Amino acid sequence: MIGVEHYVVVSSILFVLGVLGIFLNRKNVIVLLMAIELILLAVNINLVAFSAALHDLTGQIFAMFVLTVAAGEAAVGLAILVIYFRGRGSIAVDDVNRMKG
Amino acid sequence: MDWSQSLRLIAPEETLSIASLVLLLMAAWGGDKAAKLISVLAVAALVAAGVLVAPALCGGHMGADTSAFFGQFRADAFASYAKILIYLSAAVSLVVAPAYFDRFKAMRAEYPVLVLLASLGMGMMVSATDLLTLYIGLEMNSLAAYVLAAFLRTDGRSAEAGLKYFVLGALASGIMLFGMSLTYGFAGTTSFAGISASMAQGLSNGALFGIVFVFAGLAFKISAVPFHMWTPDVYEGAPTPVTTLFATAPKVAAMVLTMRVAIEAFGDQAAAWQQIVVFAALASIVVGALGAIGQSNIKRLMAYSSINNVGFMLVGLAVATQQGVSAMLFYLAIYVAMSVGGFVVILMLKDADGNPVEDLGKMAGLSRTRPGLALALAMVMFSLAGIPPMFGFWGKFLVFKAAVDGGMIALAAIGFAASVIGAFYYLKVVKVVYFDEPADVVKGESDVWHKLILVLACIFISPLGYLASKWLGGLADTAAAALFSGL
Repeated sequence: MIGVEHYVVVSSILFVLGVLGIFLNRKNVIVLLMAIELILLAVNINLVAFSAALHDLTGQIFAMFVLTVAAGEAAVGLAILVIYFRGRGSIAVDDVNRMKG
Repeated sequence: MDWSQSLRLIAPEETLSIASLVLLLMAAWGGDKAAKLISVLAVAALVAAGVLVAPALCGGHMGADTSAFFGQFRADAFASYAKILIYLSAAVSLVVAPAYFDRFKAMRAEYPVLVLLASLGMGMMVSATDLLTLYIGLEMNSLAAYVLAAFLRTDGRSAEAGLKYFVLGALASGIMLFGMSLTYGFAGTTSFAGISASMAQGLSNGALFGIVFVFAGLAFKISAVPFHMWTPDVYEGAPTPVTTLFATAPKVAAMVLTMRVAIEAFGDQAAAWQQIVVFAALASIVVGALGAIGQSNIKRLMAYSSINNVGFMLVGLAVATQQGVSAMLFYLAIYVAMSVGGFVVILMLKDADGNPVEDLGKMAGLSRTRPGLALALAMVMFSLAGIPPMFGFWGKFLVFKAAVDGGMIALAAIGFAASVIGAFYYLKVVKVVYFDEPADVVKGESDVWHKLILVLACIFISPLGYLASKWLGGLADTAAAALFSGL
């Protein structure tokens, strides 16, 4: 029997993978965007699983909002990436260093 | 609670959303030629929203009558206090923008629209009494802010600031969202009141994880240590009018949101988050002070100064009393005035060609060439350092008084000691400006609006500000009382 805890474990693993993807990736900014999507989808699994377990619709509605915001976030992120590429000619993470820190 | 009353309560948000949509259409038709007109209309919309918000603050509205949409949203005195500060800061960042962007031929019509949308999101953040409203408000503000940071498209630094802000901001939103999903799962509801009621019986491990993740996300938004790394880069890279906005309005919104989440949703479990907040407060004060010492770019220095100031404000939250919240709100108002003053001075520092001067070395001996500007900068620095005749002292005093009254004497003592480190770099700026050999770089003419805003901010942070302290203190007390009335 698959219970809510299995879903929470899966979503926690996906969440950690997403966070690691942001910190360990040194190559490509696009991969950062994918990692961010992974984090948001991990949250959605959590929300829907809890919603089903609690017999409460709020979690599923929340997941809809998260999906919408994720779409907006990807659009804004790609737009910023495009102007960044135009100026620099590269989207390697190691090159994002004009300002120290 | 019927719909018409709910719609009446969100009148400021309606004003801002309708205004931003209409102005967006105007921007699409009129193009960049209409940018100045749209800016004026956007300021008018912010003033109108401020007028709609004011009665709730002056009348001290609180309790169930202020709750809209079945507990999703609350338009009480506490939210109104924050909204007035937010709208004021947003209006300032609109007024100072044209003179700066004209230099780069980048005064685009989208700028005022994005600022309006960000203000709308920030207004929703401070009014949120449900995790869903909180998330939507936060993202509405963040998405507009990412674009604003990258607004100077041809400038490499601005694009890089936008990219860094976006990646780290999205990560923080994701962390916070994960915390919210755990909180929802273990509390069974997303409303703050419901979470508080369900956690009153005790805290499970999952809910504790939820609290920690939510606070980590909030700490990013207020740029508290250890989630402060983005602040110096974003403040340096973003165009200065946008930095003026970032240093004021989103700080107010996120700080007030943190207070509401901490007190309303997790108030019964204060012991679980108090240690996080105490750590973040002390670490922010120390890292903000030490980090600023080596900086030569004045915008980076102001970024570290804002980290430092956030630490002082968190001292008020760590106490978790009504007095502490009131002191924080008071500090926030002074902090907004100090930041506005500081960044308007930076906007006015221009060389003979009109290019911005941000390097501390090039400001040497400013007092010989531009005595008025040097005096304003010195006043801002003394006030940020909290040196007594200036109004900034009173904010710090109230926060530490609340900490001592709340029995957190060790916290107050360490905070005091660390604020001495902070004084070092504030005074270094004053020394460079007043006592170094003139570098004679700052020559550009200043915009009349910049002068006006700078004079107003300087009057407020000067000793004359104490005349307003009774009135401002009364408003902060009302707002804090509204936050605690529902408990």
